[in-house]
Amino acid sequence: MTTAALWTTVLVASLACFALKLAGHLVPRSWLASERVSRVTTLVTVALLVSLVVVQGFADGRTLVVDARVPALAVAALALALRAPFILVVLLAAATAAGLRALGWG
Amino acid sequence: MIVLPRTPAVRAAVRQGVSVSVATGLYGVSFGALSVAAGVDLAPTMALSLLMFSGGSQFALVGVVGAAGTPVAAIATATLLGLRNTLYGAVVSPLLEVRGWRRLAAAQLTIDESTAVAVAQPEPTASRAGFWVTGVGVFVLWNTFVLLGALAGDALGDPRAWGLDAAAAAAFLALVWPRLAPRRAQLVAALAVVATAALVPFVPPGVPVLAAAAVAVVVGLVAPGDPGAAEAPADTGDTGDADREAAR
Repeated sequence: MTTAALWTTVLVASLACFALKLAGHLVPRSWLASERVSRVTTLVTVALLVSLVVVQGFADGRTLVVDARVPALAVAALALALRAPFILVVLLAAATAAGLRALGWG
Repeated sequence: MIVLPRTPAVRAAVRQGVSVSVATGLYGVSFGALSVAAGVDLAPTMALSLLMFSGGSQFALVGVVGAAGTPVAAIATATLLGLRNTLYGAVVSPLLEVRGWRRLAAAQLTIDESTAVAVAQPEPTASRAGFWVTGVGVFVLWNTFVLLGALAGDALGDPRAWGLDAAAAAAFLALVWPRLAPRRAQLVAALAVVATAALVPFVPPGVPVLAAAAVAVVVGLVAPGDPGAAEAPADTGDTGDADREAAR
């Protein structure tokens, strides 16, 4: 790709991505005010977060893999069940994955 | 920028935002190194990171460029992956209540992490704190580490060795954890796992998240209304202290 084409690609794609973000913010609040919509929003939130856990915890590009992230997530879940604070949960997960990888696994 | 009362819920949101910002921001090293390796020079790499500011779309764009793809393919892929940010914007916008230039700033900072922290909070003030701390924190750290990665290449090491990918996954898990009590939320969570896992091998990254959201919309629309579902803390402005404590 030439320098001009690359810059055009970068700028057009960035503008498109910003427009998509802004479009969401410009959805009229009245559309979101009903009880039914708020119920849907609550469930969409759960689905988004759970989906991000799966993608961030199991996906490697377009492949699903079991690596050091999986035991790290199990440790995080255990910590959450024991009501550990957020930062501790995150640190325990990082330490678990880093430790396993230092030992040569995952 | 925005003065917020320092309630326990706000402080918890700020702590979460900082944790998520660090885990995510350090990952910028990977993008900076990968982008330069794909043949995108320092200046366009930084322009992309600052202007697009959406990790999935950035990785996808330089991936297409590195594979000698066309500009149209690169733009289309990055845009498709950015589509979920429209949904995020619609979800966080009512929580933020901003206008003018702040709305433009909020739009630019609307990404997986800022949305996740914002929606997980028990009250609107904490949601606003969580959104801005996470959005600004990731923006500053991500772009700083993209610059370092682009300059230093792989010399800084692989963020995976530090377990940062697992930390990000654990952060999302911690954010959804308090919201899994209602039976209907558990059903949606199970369906989201299945939909995401089933689609990851077949569609571009970023699309499975949209499919999981679509499943939740369907469940929300077809399921009969019940009082339990309407009691999720983030949707009521008057959550009591007891609920707030329970949610933390």
